[in-house]
Amino acid sequence: MSFDLPYRGALAQPSRRRFVQGLAAGGAIAGLGLWPRATWALQSAGLPTVLTGTEFDLRIGETPMNFTGRARTAITVNDSLPAPLLRWREGTTVNLRVSNALPRGSMHGEQTSIHWHGIVLPANMDGVPGISFDGIGRGETYQYRFDVRQAGTYWYHSHSAFQEQVGLYGPLIIDPMAPEPFAFDRDYVVMLTDWTDLDPAALFARLKKMPGYDNYGKRTVADFFRDARREGLHATLEDRAMWGGMRMTPTDLSDVNAHTYTYLLNGTTSLGNWTGLFRSGEKVRLRFINGASMTHFDVRIPGLKMTVVAADGQYVHPVTVDEFRIATAETFDVIVEPSGQDAYTIFAQDMGRTGFVSGTLAVREGLRAPVPEVDARAVLSMADMGHGGTAHEMPSMPDMPDMPGMDHGSMDHGSMDHATPLSHPDSESHNPFVDMQATSLSARLDDPGIGLRDNGRTVLSYGMLHSAFDDPDGREPNREIELHLTGHMERYAWGFNGEKFSQAQALRMTYGERLRIVLVNDTMMTHPIHLHGMWSDLEDEQGAFQVRKHTIDMPPGTRRSYRVRADALGRWAYHCHLLFHMESGMMREVKVEA
Amino acid sequence: MKAALLAIALAAIACNAAAQEHMHAIHDNTVHSLVRMDRLEAFDADRGTGQAWKARAWIGTDTDKLWLRSEGERVGGDTQASDLEALYGRPIARWWDVLLGVRHDFGPGPSRDFAAIGVTGVAPGKIELEATAYIGSSGHAQARIEADYDALLTNRLVLQPMLELGFNGEDDPVRHLGSGLSTMETGLRLRYEIDRRFAPYIGIVYERAYGDTAAFRRSAGEGASDTRIVAGVRFWF
Repeated sequence: MSFDLPYRGALAQPSRRRFVQGLAAGGAIAGLGLWPRATWALQSAGLPTVLTGTEFDLRIGETPMNFTGRARTAITVNDSLPAPLLRWREGTTVNLRVSNALPRGSMHGEQTSIHWHGIVLPANMDGVPGISFDGIGRGETYQYRFDVRQAGTYWYHSHSAFQEQVGLYGPLIIDPMAPEPFAFDRDYVVMLTDWTDLDPAALFARLKKMPGYDNYGKRTVADFFRDARREGLHATLEDRAMWGGMRMTPTDLSDVNAHTYTYLLNGTTSLGNWTGLFRSGEKVRLRFINGASMTHFDVRIPGLKMTVVAADGQYVHPVTVDEFRIATAETFDVIVEPSGQDAYTIFAQDMGRTGFVSGTLAVREGLRAPVPEVDARAVLSMADMGHGGTAHEMPSMPDMPDMPGMDHGSMDHGSMDHATPLSHPDSESHNPFVDMQATSLSARLDDPGIGLRDNGRTVLSYGMLHSAFDDPDGREPNREIELHLTGHMERYAWGFNGEKFSQAQALRMTYGERLRIVLVNDTMMTHPIHLHGMWSDLEDEQGAFQVRKHTIDMPPGTRRSYRVRADALGRWAYHCHLLFHMESGMMREVKVEA
Repeated sequence: MKAALLAIALAAIACNAAAQEHMHAIHDNTVHSLVRMDRLEAFDADRGTGQAWKARAWIGTDTDKLWLRSEGERVGGDTQASDLEALYGRPIARWWDVLLGVRHDFGPGPSRDFAAIGVTGVAPGKIELEATAYIGSSGHAQARIEADYDALLTNRLVLQPMLELGFNGEDDPVRHLGSGLSTMETGLRLRYEIDRRFAPYIGIVYERAYGDTAAFRRSAGEGASDTRIVAGVRFWF
């Protein structure tokens, strides 16, 4: 396997400070003529520093960055954003000495940590302060040491305060012992993230004051008249009454969007135009990693088919698509075969359709292909939120947790099959922090998702992902844990079963057991749920093993189940990977006990 | 009484914060705050020009908040009526917080204190609603209901109709308030959100007194109703 020139180029100058590259991404600043052009004309921005082997020294500190024209302080590893690409080898033991070089009074806290996302390891190596260990204090060094027992594309990030939002994330690649079941000539990481100039603590405070701050796509009076003309006055009034009754907004697809965020691809903006080089006819492996704090991205490369060969680091039966949605913390490895064009645009728009970031695959530096427009904004339907397929069904009220008599029969959307009437945990009843409960749900594994249906492209769905191996455990689950994802949009409070992290007891698992977790989404948001330390083996709609993942995305109105082998003793974190949802309480501790 | 309420609210907040020790530190029970000047406006009324304000503020966790509310107006340099409320707030239902505390009325006439109990929240149709009942130290009872709604002409240009009703338990000649429904105020304000946090507006407000309140006003040489053109700013932080 050969690695491409840019990696070697980056390795040749490992000390290059990333704020230099950050400026390169700001076209306006370069245009002022203040820029020493010779230093960046050689290669494009956003090429990672690569560290390989088994011994690593990672220094966490502050580094000035500029993505928007304004200088801000990022939290970085070895002054790099994203953090250096770590390249391990399956079957080795890695030693990672992580030192905290944050200055006294750092705005993002003096304590830090690194969590190796999706890596199976001992509990005290997992890097969650207060659960795995005490965190890394200022001036301290923590030595992570563990056996690498898996391969694939992963990432790592801080699990302390809001540091993940200010730059502490990086790609992690583990080369396998056995040859991979696919061939490629070039290998690139494409790490998608969201940057804000705001102090994330101020952004969080803003969400508490006004959760809808970033939604400039709310339906207006003009939309009402347009809908009345198209759908009829009666239907439009009924629709507005439904949403008004729920005090919700059908354009709330994400809490924080491009009105606040600048999206980055490998640590550079669209202006910086990260470029991956290819020669016509080569197979290029792109390792997509969503390292964003709050953003689902919809990714495509106009003119190229993408063959997905791995999801969350694990091989899947290859499936060829035009587009995929990637939730925060997910990874997808795809193979593309560019030929016939000199340049292709890698286009990643946010799920709420407020912005995008792009990069380029090209035969040489400096080329660009046309960049598509952001798609039209999607509007959630009642069916999307698990409220049946028509506007005639009222959502259930938390005070009436079980409504078995409701009509679930009118869902005619193709992806809405196998709807299951359901009951809700008692802790959701009379709970002022539960603003909605779904009344009819299905796994919707074949649904590409809101905003991606019938768009003329072949879009990846979970239903298309099948592990390239059989159920690694093989046992039927011995028991089932059902958890409901709950929240309140206006209070900006999130939890499981109506309880926040600080109110809830740890979930207990018995060492060695095979159990099933059933998740039910009782909110209107999409939540990527991540269990630390153990795999999440997603089941198909018949309850059979389908695909091994570390992060299960839960669109509104879905009920999805997965199997877990509790083969990792100790205390683990379990949470929504949208940073501000986790910080608002959508998190639980999991205890695996003998 | 005010101090005691404050102490209770702060103690509740501190209690919740302490419960987080020895756990993974997340921010699900931290103290946040909001200060919102719903109205800060100049008006031109039948009976002269003046200024008016309506402010709301809270500080606290998801479950325990201390609220401060104030409303008032000045005409010709004199404060006509103004009040300040300090309330402990707690969510009781999906869309409702219950508020418990005190109200202090500044002039005209002698200042006055009330115990207050009310709800604030969002009614179906996304109508913001505040309803509060007050009992004065002399047993005098009052109630207020305020509702407003944001009609989005665009995502920045917002037309806000509002309605406010005032009720009194008994006649209060000092303040020109009669028993029953005493006043109704309805208004229409058009604001432009330059930023979510800052929006200038213009509007028109119609106020009318009923029953004995109207009679008190007429005997004082005032009209029972009043129409105002208003211009002001709405901001929060």
